[in-house]
Amino acid sequence: MSIELTVNGRAVSVSVAADTPLLDVLRNHLDLKGSRYGCGLEQCGSCMVVIDGKADYSCVREISAVAGKRIETVESLASHPLHQAFLDEQAGQCGYCLSGILMSAKALLDRNNSPTRADMVTALDSNLCRCGAHPRIIRAIERAAAALREGARANDLREGARS
Amino acid sequence: MSETLPLSILNNRRMEKWVRFQPDRTVKLAVGKVEIGQAVLIALTQIAAEELDIAIDRFAVISGDTADAPDEGSTSSSQSIEMSGRSVRLITAELRARIVDRLARRLNCSPSDIDVLDGAFLLDDEPTGHDYWNFAGDEDFAADIAGTAKPKDPADYKIVGKPVPRRDLAAKISGAGFIHDIVRPDMLHARILRQPSREAVLTAFDEAAVRRAARGDFRIVRVANFVAFVGDDETVVQRAAVAAPAHAKWDKVRKLTPAHQEAAWYLTQPSDDRFVGDSVPDAIAGEVVSETYSRPFVAHAAMAPSCGLAEYRDGRLQVWSHTQGVYPLRNSLADILGLTREQVTVRHAHGAGCYGHNGADDAAVDASVIAMQIPDRCIRVQWRREEEFGYEPVGTAHMTRIKAVLDAAGKPIDWTCEVWAGSHVQRPVYGGNMLTHEALPSPPPAPKPNDPPEAAGGGGTRNGIPLYDFPAKRIIHHLAMTTPVRTSSLRGLGALPNVFALECFVDELAEKAGMDPVTWRLAHLSDPRARRLIESVAERSGWASRGTGGNGKGLGIAWSRYKNKAAYAAVAVEIEVDREVHVRRAWIAADAGLVINPDGATNQLEGGLVHAISMTLKEQVKLDGAGITSLDWDSYPILRFSEIPEISTELVHAPNEPTLGMGECTFGPTAAAIGNAVKHALGVRIRDMPLTRERIAAAILRG
Ligand code: FES
Ligand code: FES
Repeated sequence: MSIELTVNGRAVSVSVAADTPLLDVLRNHLDLKGSRYGCGLEQCGSCMVVIDGKADYSCVREISAVAGKRIETVESLASHPLHQAFLDEQAGQCGYCLSGILMSAKALLDRNNSPTRADMVTALDSNLCRCGAHPRIIRAIERAAAALREGARANDLREGARS
Repeated sequence: MSETLPLSILNNRRMEKWVRFQPDRTVKLAVGKVEIGQAVLIALTQIAAEELDIAIDRFAVISGDTADAPDEGSTSSSQSIEMSGRSVRLITAELRARIVDRLARRLNCSPSDIDVLDGAFLLDDEPTGHDYWNFAGDEDFAADIAGTAKPKDPADYKIVGKPVPRRDLAAKISGAGFIHDIVRPDMLHARILRQPSREAVLTAFDEAAVRRAARGDFRIVRVANFVAFVGDDETVVQRAAVAAPAHAKWDKVRKLTPAHQEAAWYLTQPSDDRFVGDSVPDAIAGEVVSETYSRPFVAHAAMAPSCGLAEYRDGRLQVWSHTQGVYPLRNSLADILGLTREQVTVRHAHGAGCYGHNGADDAAVDASVIAMQIPDRCIRVQWRREEEFGYEPVGTAHMTRIKAVLDAAGKPIDWTCEVWAGSHVQRPVYGGNMLTHEALPSPPPAPKPNDPPEAAGGGGTRNGIPLYDFPAKRIIHHLAMTTPVRTSSLRGLGALPNVFALECFVDELAEKAGMDPVTWRLAHLSDPRARRLIESVAERSGWASRGTGGNGKGLGIAWSRYKNKAAYAAVAVEIEVDREVHVRRAWIAADAGLVINPDGATNQLEGGLVHAISMTLKEQVKLDGAGITSLDWDSYPILRFSEIPEISTELVHAPNEPTLGMGECTFGPTAAAIGNAVKHALGVRIRDMPLTRERIAAAILRG
């Protein structure tokens, strides 16, 4: 059967069994390898994507359940401040957890560009990291939030100048 | 030459194995150590760039490749920079000297008149028109590496010692970069039905039931007790593997009980006894004090279940693996499959950080066995989460009993560290078995107990000898003849349980002597590098005002020198205990000699601290029935974002000291600092890890 959805702003249609996990569709049918298999049990966050604006696991979620929805994966973040912030902070060791963490952070920053440490910890608590890169990851998200606020301020100024 | 050459060079004397100048003005650096998240490749590149004076972004690194990179054994025990780094430094310094000397003869000047600027040679600051790429020739690569060239003076370093960012992260956060992401032409996905334990025999298998559950096409490959599901569609073979165990009947399955999961189980087991250190005195007068500490079996618990790819074409087997040793894996594969070593190539591809010997090698064997059955296709084996937790080799449980004889002033005059543990290393080079091999038609015999000797850093004995100024010290090591489940290398081997025991016991001795634990340590320790670190964390953590404790808040300190010869670290932790232990703040001080990349170093120090908090407070592999029963992240929890302390790290600047491996140096001290902080917070001591809610409740009841 054919299922339509939007992935990273692009309308796609996939012909797979209705109960195929979203993660398998992303990795094997759409060649988006950024979302990762860590447990397949909704316990580790390696597979985290953003579905209609909310961070969610993709490893169990069946493709038919996300028909018509907007999916964002780490591949869409290439020019998002988060990407540069993670590189600037060298936030990671092995890096396997990072794409899921970036997506949890993306959903957080979309709704709140001045998150407190507690906000960040809450947003990331579904994500595990074995390497102990947590402190850097928090710093990277703070850095990205600052860049977003800076961008917003510059925008406001431009708007102000125009009006 | 006063110092012997590093093994890496002795085993790989050809210059072109290590360095090649490419026509596009880049440099290929080939090394045997592999990236396991410890940022080793950027550090090695910094060393080469420094000695050759070539900009760092001109380097491309090949690592861990039996066709294209030197054999440097396994990547383990913080050896990468100590050994590989020293080799790369000697090799690149020699190559530069050979080329510059030849140019000096050509230009009729002294080699010291020639400078190198990003690979171009200058004479009296003027360009010579020569550079590495147009001048270096076969003659510079002809002779074997002598290892006698004099590297740069650290005072002249421009690249070493700088926080140069690593290059692999960008790929890893933009969509690829791991072995799991490799796609080969004609690739087939595979999953395995695991033999529940060594010697188990598959007596019945309901193939039809598995096919019904899988709902799609796939092949079943069966070789003796090895069963694999192989097909184009990963979702289908995954479903087959999930369904399969319920439809398989096994005979001769091992039987375990929860008693096997405790370190104390080893006390009842036959052992191969080893002895290290000073001989036992006939009689020694003094008060005898003794306590026993333990750590249970622990998992590597990497975020990614293991993965391996293999393809067999035209009589050659090509394998991709996140193994820590491509050459040892190649040799095992050749032996198991009846191929020559020349027929097998193993290339390293990045996996998730696992800090030891996990399922990586086994997954590569799985893929290779299938590839031999289905030639001309690339076979990709992905382990499942339950499989990783259930079948990777785990870190052995480990019990340490310390016995000290004290003189009238309370100073230890005789010290015995007695250890009961299974093998800390069962890599195949140490006589361990590959998982799949045990399921094949002629399985290998049960592995013999084996452990690295103390001279090689020790396994169960690692850090068992204290570096305090005690006159007589020894280790009695009871290496168990068998382990309930397969055990192998996990970060630091015996260092964590032994340092936990040693540094907790030291606090107990201080208390007995009515002394402050920091004062006690400094009174018995003359190594200035160690003293300085202890003083640093004491000062930064506000030790002087820590008070008598007992109010649920605690501050604890511990230190060690990893392996008694690698990097030094001291750690202080501030904790709060309600029903559970919460580590709120942590202070690290470390001395790793010349630090190649301080940012990478800090990352390792802090990562080791977080890993150790997790292990100390939460982790235990559970055993029952046929094997491991902690098969997911609920039954094997690790530290989460909400539980991470604020960390402050000080890295001592010691550019004239040799580089010391530091990936594991905070690991043991963190565990012991927590143990000591819990005592401070509660007034009671817990000597068995993990320090869980149940153990805390029990300790409080005991008072
Ligand atoms: S892979 Fe989805 S939560 Fe672990
Ligand atoms: S960086 Fe390795 S799991 Fe997070």
